[in-house]
Amino acid sequence: MADAKRGDLVQIHKIVLEPDERSDNLPSCTKSVPYECWIKGFLVDEDADMGDEVSIRTFIGREISGVLCQVNPMYDHNFGEPQKELLSIDTEVRRQLERT
Amino acid sequence: MDMSYSAVMSRKKDILRRATGIDYDRFEISPLTFDYEGLMNSCEYSLEDVQRILEETGVGKTPLVELENLTELVRSISSPGRGGRIFVKDEAANPSGSFKDRRAALSVFHAKKLGYKGVVAASSGNYGAAVASQAAKRGLKAIILQEVYDSRKVGQPEILEKTRACEAYGAEVWQLTVGPELFYIMLRVLEETEFFSASLYVPTSVRGIETLGYELAQQVFQREGRFPDVVMITHAGGGNVTGTARGLNKAGSYNTIVVGVSVDLQGLHMASDIDFNRKSFTTGHTGFGIPFLTWPDRTDVPRNCARGLRYLDRYLSVTQGEVFYTTELLAKLEGIERGPAGNTSLAGAISLARELEKDQILVVQETEYTAAGKLPSSQLTFAKENGIEVRRGDPKENIPGKAIVIPEGVDQIRIEDMDMEKIRRSYIERAMKMTEGYVPTREDIEFLAEDSKSSVDYVQETIRSLKVKRAELA
Ligand SMILES: Cc1ncc(COP(=O)(O)O)c(C=O)c1O
Repeated sequence: MADAKRGDLVQIHKIVLEPDERSDNLPSCTKSVPYECWIKGFLVDEDADMGDEVSIRTFIGREISGVLCQVNPMYDHNFGEPQKELLSIDTEVRRQLERT
Repeated sequence: MDMSYSAVMSRKKDILRRATGIDYDRFEISPLTFDYEGLMNSCEYSLEDVQRILEETGVGKTPLVELENLTELVRSISSPGRGGRIFVKDEAANPSGSFKDRRAALSVFHAKKLGYKGVVAASSGNYGAAVASQAAKRGLKAIILQEVYDSRKVGQPEILEKTRACEAYGAEVWQLTVGPELFYIMLRVLEETEFFSASLYVPTSVRGIETLGYELAQQVFQREGRFPDVVMITHAGGGNVTGTARGLNKAGSYNTIVVGVSVDLQGLHMASDIDFNRKSFTTGHTGFGIPFLTWPDRTDVPRNCARGLRYLDRYLSVTQGEVFYTTELLAKLEGIERGPAGNTSLAGAISLARELEKDQILVVQETEYTAAGKLPSSQLTFAKENGIEVRRGDPKENIPGKAIVIPEGVDQIRIEDMDMEKIRRSYIERAMKMTEGYVPTREDIEFLAEDSKSSVDYVQETIRSLKVKRAELA
């Protein structure tokens, strides 16, 4: 079975500029890697597998092509772990306010 | 058509003229001078018009809240009689959660009036969400270009949240890796779509923010019978300072001291693939704040309407740790949980209020929304994952890109005054370098004096000392 079929929400990847096509005015760590891009949209092709060159229709209806890299891409940023460096601030400042 | 980097960049002028609807050449007076007020007024909206347009999409008229508990805490560490009253303007109450809705609202309205079918903006921050939100309400299409990932495809949680927000408002989002070539992509997209460039630096963007300064001056006046003594503004590209200060003037609040505040990220390179994820703040920092003061015309339009140096009385820096600490104080003592970046100037206020008399009024002019990714806990988790040391201690030990030091007490929050003299000098030096060989006229000197909030004498003296320096080097 194909990884994605027409209408699925997917993400594509594009290399916008290879290192030698990039601006000259860059730190070497940036100049040595390609300039890349990811865009989400609905698959236009009948079906496709990861790594295939595909077309998508973006949320505003434009058609863009690139390499299929994710199907049903999820937002996975989160609230982070509790930070012990912050947890006692509440008690500390309340104690200070009580003293005054 | 040739889409190579150099070919697209060489079509810049024509692309931008079509995409902004502005012929910037009309405002050029000499190689150094341009008609700033003429450009600002090229979009023919009065302040009342702007207020009405913002109201149509629910932008503005945000609450002004006095932070009594925080003020009390500041007084507990101040000399007798000191500790000014701290107020905050809760800009998170705008539709997409920040003051950026004000600048997006007028630009999107204007784009629609001129007949554009969509808008394009480059922003990894709140502005992208603001443009997407306003475009949704006005029925235009939005494309948002964001610098999101390093070459490992690792992104700051704060920026990932911004991608989510833009897509939630129905925008097409381009998530790009680190690099100034964002501007090249922007030109390509503008050329292809014939959409409006909702640049942060066009006149409509700054005119929208004037409502913020105007509103807060009026709110303070209605409540207290006088204007604020100090307004503190989180500063990056300069629109926030410029619009707010202009609005204060329009309200008649001429004697208010205008203070910019940025998070200190000095030492980190903004175009570096490696430094990109070694910072916890993606805006309101010195990495934008300083270069935009010393050379405002570095942007995606020929002339930048956001000119912070024209309006700043003082410019302060605070550390990342101080802002995270302050974000905790606002939530725990005032019951207002907001995003850290928007609390940058609040951190500065805690320190500056100690210098003020008890009856003086200090207004922090914004907050921003918070969410997954935009919290001290998510940003510090990310910092630790990227090898940054996080600990309690004296914030003076903070090192951008290496150590985030959370203060052990409120008395350890200490603003640093940036050297305005050095910034002005550097602005004049840059202007001279950009126009090498051209001899400035009296009008040019007056323009430079106004643009750097200095004087004709100061500009002349600086130009003279630069010549001496150059002669010595030669
Ligand atoms: C919440 C917040 N505050 C302040 C700023 C700084 O505004 P400006 O870039 O106009 O100086 C930004 C955006 O960069 C922001 O998102």
